[in-house]
Amino acid sequence: MNLLDALVQGILLGGLYALFAAGLALVFGIMRLVNLAHGDLIVLAAFLILALVTTLGLNPFAAALIVLPLMFAAGWALQYLILNRTLGPDILPPLLVTFGLSIVIQNGLLESFSADSRRIGLGTLETQSLNLGPVTVGLMPLLTFLSAVAVIVALNLIFYRTSLGRAFRATSDDAVTAGLMGIRSDRIFATATGLAAVVATIAALYLGARANFDPTIGPARLIYAFEAVIIGGLGSFWGALVGGIIIGVSQTLGATINPEWQILAGHLAFLAVLLFRPRGLFPRSVD
Amino acid sequence: MSDIVSPRWRVETRTRASSIFILFAAIAVVVAFAAPLFVPRSGIQDLFFILTMLVLAQCWNLLAGYAGLVSVGQQAFVGFGAYAMFASVILLGLDPILGILLGGVMAALLAIPTGFFVFRLQGAYFAIGTWVLAEVVRLSLAQWKTLGGGTGTSLPSGAVRNMWGVNLVADLFGVRPAQAVDILCYWLALVLAVGSMAFIYGLLRSRQGLGLAAVRDNQQAARAVGVDALRVKSFVYFLTAFITGLAGALIYVQKARISPDAAFAVTDWTAYVIFIVVIGGIGTLEGPIIGILVLFALQTLLADYGSWYLLLLGLIGIAVMLFAPKGLWGLFTERTGIHLFPVRRILTGGPINKTQGGPDG
Repeated sequence: MNLLDALVQGILLGGLYALFAAGLALVFGIMRLVNLAHGDLIVLAAFLILALVTTLGLNPFAAALIVLPLMFAAGWALQYLILNRTLGPDILPPLLVTFGLSIVIQNGLLESFSADSRRIGLGTLETQSLNLGPVTVGLMPLLTFLSAVAVIVALNLIFYRTSLGRAFRATSDDAVTAGLMGIRSDRIFATATGLAAVVATIAALYLGARANFDPTIGPARLIYAFEAVIIGGLGSFWGALVGGIIIGVSQTLGATINPEWQILAGHLAFLAVLLFRPRGLFPRSVD
Repeated sequence: MSDIVSPRWRVETRTRASSIFILFAAIAVVVAFAAPLFVPRSGIQDLFFILTMLVLAQCWNLLAGYAGLVSVGQQAFVGFGAYAMFASVILLGLDPILGILLGGVMAALLAIPTGFFVFRLQGAYFAIGTWVLAEVVRLSLAQWKTLGGGTGTSLPSGAVRNMWGVNLVADLFGVRPAQAVDILCYWLALVLAVGSMAFIYGLLRSRQGLGLAAVRDNQQAARAVGVDALRVKSFVYFLTAFITGLAGALIYVQKARISPDAAFAVTDWTAYVIFIVVIGGIGTLEGPIIGILVLFALQTLLADYGSWYLLLLGLIGIAVMLFAPKGLWGLFTERTGIHLFPVRRILTGGPINKTQGGPDG
């Protein structure tokens, strides 16, 4: 039953990668912005949660609730003050500015929290598990996966059922015409990045609770997130979940064959999808 | 169209400043070759770092600044070239200098399968794709147990000391073999830097270079007038893979110790390189030269401050990209109009003497 177990664990791991990817998909879908600092934003949020937990003795979930608005504000300001200046037909400025930001966040965290490996402790919740007949699943991985599904449902509701979502879609399709209708695209973009930072905070909670993290792991997590987004197809939230699951399952299956092949197997699965579907499995739009 | 062009019109790419500069550059290269005579060993090692980073920066500049291929995965070719050199020395018993050449060739060969993948991707996807491929190459080479697997390995101590030319240099300068190796590596770095810059400059001034600039400025329009965009870009991708592989192998002859994490480090071989190019001025040959000098100055000044150095580098990079996207050299040319490596074609001799505006190239 080793194979079935690997499969289930892989799907649940995919939930974590989908959480990493959902914020990226949102930002990419609305303004074609590739945020190379997204992984570092997640690590930043994890350190903020950890700081609240250790200094105030808060429950990690309560700490995350406090960090959520902070990260929204940080994301909003980041987009409004810096990233909006880089948007345009040339892809080089946003890539380079977010790449610089990634280096800045990593080294800022190294200076303030040292290079030590840390973890957000969740007490007994970490070790509890559910027996589902042939397989046993940990409560934390299951909670991560359910949170990922909840986040994606919420993002889809915002995107397709609210006036904010209508503004998102309108600006994404044609920012100039949307501007004529009274939509201020700079604020819409800022709100989108703020929302992405909120999703990043939720991802940070599970990242920090499930495994050790240190200031430099952002880029490695970012790669999985990007693979999930690209496999899923541009700007599709459910696609990001499917992409995350494909990466997660490939990693756990690779690890059952040889523990050293875990990460390699995920990358190879990504390349294989790319070979046959260069635009991803569920592309939302053509560009 | 040719009948309209009066014989008095001439297309020139040289300027007076550039002609004077070529003379100075030639003198500088001669002085640089003689540097081991009057520069101490630590200075030679610094110059080696500067020259090899300059080669990597010029390659990335050609890729991103001219061909529009923003790669975040050049460490794939640095590491692969270095590993190919290690394999040829340790497993085949070749001379390290042959190993360096083999490193370049192997990196160019690696560019065939990786190019096949990444050229299916556009823009930002291309950047991510190159990064993933670099990770795949790193993780695969970490499985190669004969070369130390994940922990890496060292060159046999005799291999570098008995490298071609080391005895000659040791006798010539009256120094110990270890120092002679540094001098030889420095000369090789100088040859590589001058050679690659001359080649890239020649390429940019040629017909292919014009095609490249046309593709960068407007791919559709360039294809409409018959430029094969994919061929031009693939050529640049292979060429930079070859040169990057040579540089990687040379760097690791001098380091003499390799591990997958160091040889494929995104910070060392891509982040630094990107900052060098962006701060100096992307899309110019002068920019990376300015950029490497700024990087080296910052590194020397902030050597004791650890990660503050990288943090500052990141902030400077962001500020330059936001407020002076053409970099320090771009600011300088805007004010003075001086180009040391002019690639723009200027029409002279007709009723008007200057063309104004329009993108460079």
